Amino acid sequence: MDLSAINPVLLIASLMVAATPLLLAAIGELVVEKSGVLNLGVEGMMITGAIAGFAAAVESGSPLAGFVAAALAGAVLSLLFAALTQIALANQVASGLALTLFGLGLSALMGQRYVGVKPPQMGRIDIPVLSDLPVVGRILFAHDVILYFGIALTAAVWVVLKFTRAGLVLRAVGENHEAAHALGYKVVRIRTLAILFGGACAGMGGAYISLIRVPQWTEGMTAGVGWIALALVVFASWKPWRALLGAYLFGGVTVVQLNLQAAGVAIPVEYLAMSPYLITILVLVILSADKSSAPASLGRSFHASR
Amino acid sequence: MIRLEKRPQASRVWSLATPLVAVVTTMIMGGLLFATLGKDPVEAILTIFWDPLFGEFAFYYRPQLLVKGAPLVLIAIGLSLGFRAGIWNIGAEGQYIIGALTGAGVGLAFYPMEGWFIFPLMVFAGALGGWAWAMIPAVLKTRFGTNEILVSLMLVYVAEQFLASMSLGLMKNPEGFGFPGSRNLQQYASAHNAEIVTGTGMHWGVVAALIAVIFAYVLLNRHMLGYHIRLTGEAPRAARFAGVRPARLILFCLGASGALAGMAGMFEVSGPAGQVSIDFNVGYGFTAIIVAFLGRLHPVGILLAGGLMALTYIGGDIAQGNLGLPSAAIQVFQGMLLFFLLALDLLTNYRIAFGKPEVA
Repeated sequence: MDLSAINPVLLIASLMVAATPLLLAAIGELVVEKSGVLNLGVEGMMITGAIAGFAAAVESGSPLAGFVAAALAGAVLSLLFAALTQIALANQVASGLALTLFGLGLSALMGQRYVGVKPPQMGRIDIPVLSDLPVVGRILFAHDVILYFGIALTAAVWVVLKFTRAGLVLRAVGENHEAAHALGYKVVRIRTLAILFGGACAGMGGAYISLIRVPQWTEGMTAGVGWIALALVVFASWKPWRALLGAYLFGGVTVVQLNLQAAGVAIPVEYLAMSPYLITILVLVILSADKSSAPASLGRSFHASR
Repeated sequence: MIRLEKRPQASRVWSLATPLVAVVTTMIMGGLLFATLGKDPVEAILTIFWDPLFGEFAFYYRPQLLVKGAPLVLIAIGLSLGFRAGIWNIGAEGQYIIGALTGAGVGLAFYPMEGWFIFPLMVFAGALGGWAWAMIPAVLKTRFGTNEILVSLMLVYVAEQFLASMSLGLMKNPEGFGFPGSRNLQQYASAHNAEIVTGTGMHWGVVAALIAVIFAYVLLNRHMLGYHIRLTGEAPRAARFAGVRPARLILFCLGASGALAGMAGMFEVSGPAGQVSIDFNVGYGFTAIIVAFLGRLHPVGILLAGGLMALTYIGGDIAQGNLGLPSAAIQVFQGMLLFFLLALDLLTNYRIAFGKPEVA
């Protein structure tokens, strides 16, 4: 065992990379849940985004095109969920599960031609002077664009939810859909838009895994990240900045665990690999005592009778 | 103008018809999917749904129907109890794995001793293992109000790592020349879940599945507990006024589904699969969710739905061999089925009306 092989600067830098897919998916799901919809299909939308983004990036040679395609794919898949839950009024839990099962199959089908293919590389930004700073430069100023996009998105969602009229309407729909409907807001339309946003975010999160984090395509490669993102929203008590904190915490657990595997700690690999899931459960237990911040209409279907 | 009108009562006709309509719609859409993959859609659908039952080699495939259907039905019956009460155990895959590990563990511990009591003991251990694994989300939910969906799902990934660790370590066959995987239980008579009648595919798991169907039917229709389960699902507030204790219901539903999933895993590992290996689980725990919904959470419906799902597995394998249809296509097909089913469910509770709403 050689713990000195672990470089703390690289550790923090890779922690941020590991956290970004989680952050993107969690921020998307946070907006969805704020509108009163529980979409359990995050994992399915992520894996579909992962392969759609991968395929688009390989075919076009541009990773950015990959991310656009991933967002589109995630949104299209979430549209299915919206149709089921908002129009056909199906049970949200069951529909979310259906989305995940369908997405896992679909991605495996789409991905057959891409196993073992290398995607085009995403360049890191390079700011003169700043990126060359010791320690801080590597940690803060030498990542890919999407990582910063994730942080910017968190800030944007926070501003919109807290300070704008649109955010207020979204929260009203999530807290009490009957009252929002009575005030003349289009509940179904607002929720559908939120679901589409969540799908696009989850798709991009998936593409971040297949294009930057790993980067290659293997079946089922999201390995539960979508579910951890769902847990993260609970962890964050539906607050954007706490989602960022949570994502970095889980990213940290993943990275430390991988580094310990590489360093050859006496704990068997399998038990280290379990740790992110076990810690998710632990965090859920600690935080589930307080449910006061959950949107009041979360998971309930809305049908205007008149 | 088209709009939806809530029916005063759920339509019985549509409740029975939606699964059938969903299957037919999925066949049509699946055919389109296969056509885009460059396969003849009619041939593909026939290969999946006709050949295993009535084709040239049906004598080989028909027993497989029981082998593949039994774990699906066994798990889905357990899940349906919870789903009816709004308790979502979606980690059956994990309970299935743990049941297989504890069941096989007991069998391997007795090796090479022979005795009639070993197999029943293994069944018990398998059920106990699955039950214990399901008790984690159950107790966390009743004690701390933790979301059982997320916890039970996280435990699937934990169980998978546990399975890997077991088949590479503790349960590895000492005479296996270093290959991962345990001893083959098919070659250990006392622990082998053999066919009861040779050539029929009828093993003890099938018997257990049938017993589970009967028990679930009696429970739901004739027993107070079953009534409480249905009441909690349909009217949670009324259920509380009627004195239903939610915590007990959560413990029972999760425990029962865990035990059944664990048993299914144990029957699989000691019979058709034969040994504990890294890729022992093939997703029955997740497919069973589709089976439960397709069977309308009704025991008899689940029995039929389990048969149908088993058919898609077997037919999918044949189509993979004969037509080169990718195995993932069948997964998409199964997912689609659940989609159409959920979408068409609308017709059970709502009526589609045309024209302007009349003023009451």
